[in-house]
Amino acid sequence: MNAMLRWGLIVLMIGLLAACAQPKRDLSEAERQAAQAAAAEAEAEAEAAERARRDAEARGLGADGDLSVDPLDDPDSLLAERLVYFDLDRDAVRSEFIPMLEAHARYLSQNPDARLRLEGHADERGTREYNLALGERRAQSVRRVMNLNGARDTQLEVISYGEEMPVAFTQTEDAWARNRRVELVYEVRR
Amino acid sequence: MKLRSLQICLFGLLLLAAGQAGAVLDVTVTEGVSGAIPVAVTPFTWEGEGSPPEDVAQIVGANLARSGLFRVLGRERLAGAPAGPDDFLSEQWAAVGAEYLVIGRLRPEGERVLIEFHVFDVLANQRLGGFRIPVPPEMLRRGAHRVSDIVYEQITGDEGAFSARIAYVGVTGRGDERRFTLEVADSDGADPRTLYRSSEPLMSPAWSPDGRYLVYVSFENRRSEVFRHNVETGARDRLASYPGINSAPAWSPDGERLAMSLSRDGTPNIYIMDLDSGALTQVTRSNAIDTEPAWSADGETLYFTSDRAGSPQIYEMRLSGGSARRLTFEGSSAGAATVSPDGEAVVYVQGDGGELRIARLDLETRQVTLLTRGRFDKSPSFAPNGSMILYSTTERGRGILGSVSRDGRVHQRLAARTGEVREPAWSPL
Repeated sequence: MNAMLRWGLIVLMIGLLAACAQPKRDLSEAERQAAQAAAAEAEAEAEAAERARRDAEARGLGADGDLSVDPLDDPDSLLAERLVYFDLDRDAVRSEFIPMLEAHARYLSQNPDARLRLEGHADERGTREYNLALGERRAQSVRRVMNLNGARDTQLEVISYGEEMPVAFTQTEDAWARNRRVELVYEVRR
Repeated sequence: MKLRSLQICLFGLLLLAAGQAGAVLDVTVTEGVSGAIPVAVTPFTWEGEGSPPEDVAQIVGANLARSGLFRVLGRERLAGAPAGPDDFLSEQWAAVGAEYLVIGRLRPEGERVLIEFHVFDVLANQRLGGFRIPVPPEMLRRGAHRVSDIVYEQITGDEGAFSARIAYVGVTGRGDERRFTLEVADSDGADPRTLYRSSEPLMSPAWSPDGRYLVYVSFENRRSEVFRHNVETGARDRLASYPGINSAPAWSPDGERLAMSLSRDGTPNIYIMDLDSGALTQVTRSNAIDTEPAWSADGETLYFTSDRAGSPQIYEMRLSGGSARRLTFEGSSAGAATVSPDGEAVVYVQGDGGELRIARLDLETRQVTLLTRGRFDKSPSFAPNGSMILYSTTERGRGILGSVSRDGRVHQRLAARTGEVREPAWSPL
């Protein structure tokens, strides 16, 4: 909801900018006042939502049953990150991704009904069926990290797509690095 | 070694072919050999009404050129076609540089078309043989491939493989628009037929030894599973859907068993499924990745990829017992082995410095020869007569098929007009 509000505000501001760009005489005084009032109201609402989010955070995420915002939807949370990248021909999880995986594991342990698919991928450098196995190994590495942090095996599904589903299509180091990944896909949220 | 005249000639033939519907793959000879045998194929006379339904001579000429063993003379260089075998004048054909001549005619006969043709040895001044093939009019293209097989055999003494078909995976679109198809086409890429279509990946097509079925991996249920598909009836059934990966199906030469890589116990190992009973036998037991099994010609040995020693390499294992033995030591990695039909060589993908190429390992001498020079050459598949190898490669980042003669001297490319093609599998004869 918070994100929606923020988007609403952005859309409104773009609208205002567009309105401002028009010749003055096209905008009556009454219209301008109404627009300003609406902008002020939206701003106040956004501020209230932000306060609510901070309060919720202070109480501890997920512990509050009344919390209406699913932390998975919070763009500022570590839970918003769903991609783990790997080195060439390797399946070890790099340390930079550990905090993010710990956050997801915590979410899963706090929400026992949640289900997560770990989809492993490889770049195109290697034979296809070997890459399918390599993608599985990467997803299994991610599962191990999450198991250690409280996620249950029954909540995690390991899948591999090998090199069959690239997201970057040039034959460059950068593209290959983006394709060597495990995607975290929530099948069931809490 | 480049053979400009062949390129030009083939380009001319492609122009002729351009108007035909359904020719999805375009063939280009990128490198030929200077020692190719010059052969003339005169246009086959049509003795029916209207225009001929198919340019049989053009199909035959393109096939022969694609084998790399022949240089087909351009039509502008051909002396007037003899009306029949009795009008053959060897001097006339020697003068235009032909060592062999093929002439023919097409005659409607009831419901069928009779293809009649003759093969001449120009230098020896003799007719090697005359042949008649009756075909239904809609099968004329297949008839032309049969003609090619006979001409090939008459001149080289080896069996032709032009009547065999190729299966491959086609991919169009990106992101949510991405579509995968399993295609079956003539060996020259013409007449492609879509066997199966999916928004999820398809991979690893492999033929049954009788050519009636394809097995492949489909992600239609959002995970890898192995399916068997009857090419004629379209009937399909799921053969393997164990927990983990179900991949790399390879049919045994006797048609009764399927080797696969399954990770049902946590890591991928090689298993053999008895197709009658569905019973599984585990062949390898390692904590490494064991995948890409390939059968020896006699069905008694499996070749497979394993990274048990660190990098992926090819190993061989006798099914009667004993441990796996490492076969590849050159380059930084090796995988996707396939065995030549005569059982004398293993052709595989060799990785070196981040580049993948097709290599040939002679099983007797253990000598390795690199056959291709691309950057991402993968998924090799032998022609059933062993004369050529089809493989996946890329051209300006786009997936296309490449073919190379068994000695690595003749190279060609087969590119889709739209989208990408990969993982070719040549059918049995």
